[in-house]
Amino acid sequence: MKVLVPVKRVVDYNVKVRVKSDQSGVELTGVKMSINPFDEIAVEEAVRLREAGVATEVVAVSCGSGASQETLRSALAMGADRAILVETDAELQPLAVARLLQAVAGREQPQMVICGKQAIDDDANQTGQMLAALMGWPQATFASKVAVGEGVVAVTREIDGGLETLELKLPAVVTADLRLNEPRYATLPNIMKAKKKPLEVLPAAELGVDITPRLRHVRHAEPAARKGGIKVADVAELLNKLRNEAKVI
Amino acid sequence: MAILVIAEHDNQSIKAATLNTVTAAGKLGGDVHMLVAGAGCSAAAEAAAKVAGVAKVLVCDAPHYETQTAENVAELVKGLAQGYSHVLAPATSAGKNMLPRVAALLDVAQISDIVAVEAPDTFVRPIYAGNALATVKSADAIKLITVRTTAFDAAGDGNAAPVEAVAAGADLGTTALVGREITKSARPELGAAKIIVSGGRGLGSGDNYHQLLEPLADKLGAALGASRAAVDAGYVPNDYQVGQTGKIVAPQLYIAIGISGAIQHLAGMKDSKVIVAINKDPEAPIFQVADYGLVGDLFQVVPELTGAV
Repeated sequence: MKVLVPVKRVVDYNVKVRVKSDQSGVELTGVKMSINPFDEIAVEEAVRLREAGVATEVVAVSCGSGASQETLRSALAMGADRAILVETDAELQPLAVARLLQAVAGREQPQMVICGKQAIDDDANQTGQMLAALMGWPQATFASKVAVGEGVVAVTREIDGGLETLELKLPAVVTADLRLNEPRYATLPNIMKAKKKPLEVLPAAELGVDITPRLRHVRHAEPAARKGGIKVADVAELLNKLRNEAKVI
Repeated sequence: MAILVIAEHDNQSIKAATLNTVTAAGKLGGDVHMLVAGAGCSAAAEAAAKVAGVAKVLVCDAPHYETQTAENVAELVKGLAQGYSHVLAPATSAGKNMLPRVAALLDVAQISDIVAVEAPDTFVRPIYAGNALATVKSADAIKLITVRTTAFDAAGDGNAAPVEAVAAGADLGTTALVGREITKSARPELGAAKIIVSGGRGLGSGDNYHQLLEPLADKLGAALGASRAAVDAGYVPNDYQVGQTGKIVAPQLYIAIGISGAIQHLAGMKDSKVIVAINKDPEAPIFQVADYGLVGDLFQVVPELTGAV
């Protein structure tokens, strides 16, 4: 079984971003970029499926500028077999990415696509679901456990209030939640080996997909800052403040 | 044109998140219709008809909607959406799962997790874990939106909207529910609680979490929450988690105990009215957002607080 894993290059999760003074976006120049943490979990799951003999090949795919090659190299260093970069400098929104991935999936014919549940930059949480819809495949989002059977996959999902397990007919799209696994660190020898693995660059224009943004970003703003609080000396003072000043208990 | 709200329900009652979504829909201008798709869901439909601001309830009662799988519900909503200018769902795990699927079927963008309506085509939504607010304008004919429930008040009741049955869509038969494990709790639901007592890694163990935090939560009538560190360490199940990847909450009072305040956690609770932090590290980032901070050992402070409340 072939597994396709979409990965995204995003601002590193430890970076506190700042809105540009002209409100056109957030400041990205000189900021550390990394593979989206949820995509790292997706890669790990795919590599584990291959190590368990369930998957035969793991293909990492990313859509974006040439800089996304480094993100694909991190996926290769974790154990993906080969990579595809769908290259474009245009702004990509989730529907456009889902369409590009649809084109790649049409070519690669995977049995399963494992995505991260959301990217930590746009926080959209849409691409996996959209890809499933475009392919006409079932979906299991927010996965915390994946068990592949004969022609089916059982996925335990994190839902409000607890967990649920679904059984999907393959091919299917699964999106990874935080607790699916603990991604491995790429070792130095594997980082070196990853440089030799195949990485195909595919210009987005060649896929014949409409990637025009549907939403226009009018402006960006910093969220309202909380006004500075105070430190209280003891429990009695805290309760007094909560009862008489804030009036919340 | 009218607006369609997809109700979240368990076939018997309407989930609270739907009520906040109705309020957001009311800000768009136009009749608000609510869809209740389920099996044996007439009780849920009756409850939907009582929600203030709803002009009509559409009920689709068929066996293949019993577990409300995204595949089947999206197919149904795709068919109905053509008659509406906006389709809204709460940004809960169910809404986030289903609505993007509808969007792709209709070839429109989806706008996730809105916190404000500026105009019928312009919305505000947080990005980068809530560190920036983006105002986005949609040019699509049908606007598909998920609503951050803590950003809108809940709609009241006392209505008597007409209920109309609609024909079921196809059963795609690609997905089957094997089972659900719902965490049982007598406490208020995390998303709707007025007070939340939340614990982090500082508690040291699951036993400490329960022994220290439960009595305090009981005295305050509060829900219990947790940081990702506490969930990953196995102190509590993952549906306790507050943060970018867990639940987004905005209670009247949020008490963070033994939580350092990583940005992913703050993204889930920084819109609380009053934040209290109890932490032994005076440099912990949580103190930068806390209205009242108490630097001290939680193993002494929390029992003292519980005794004094």
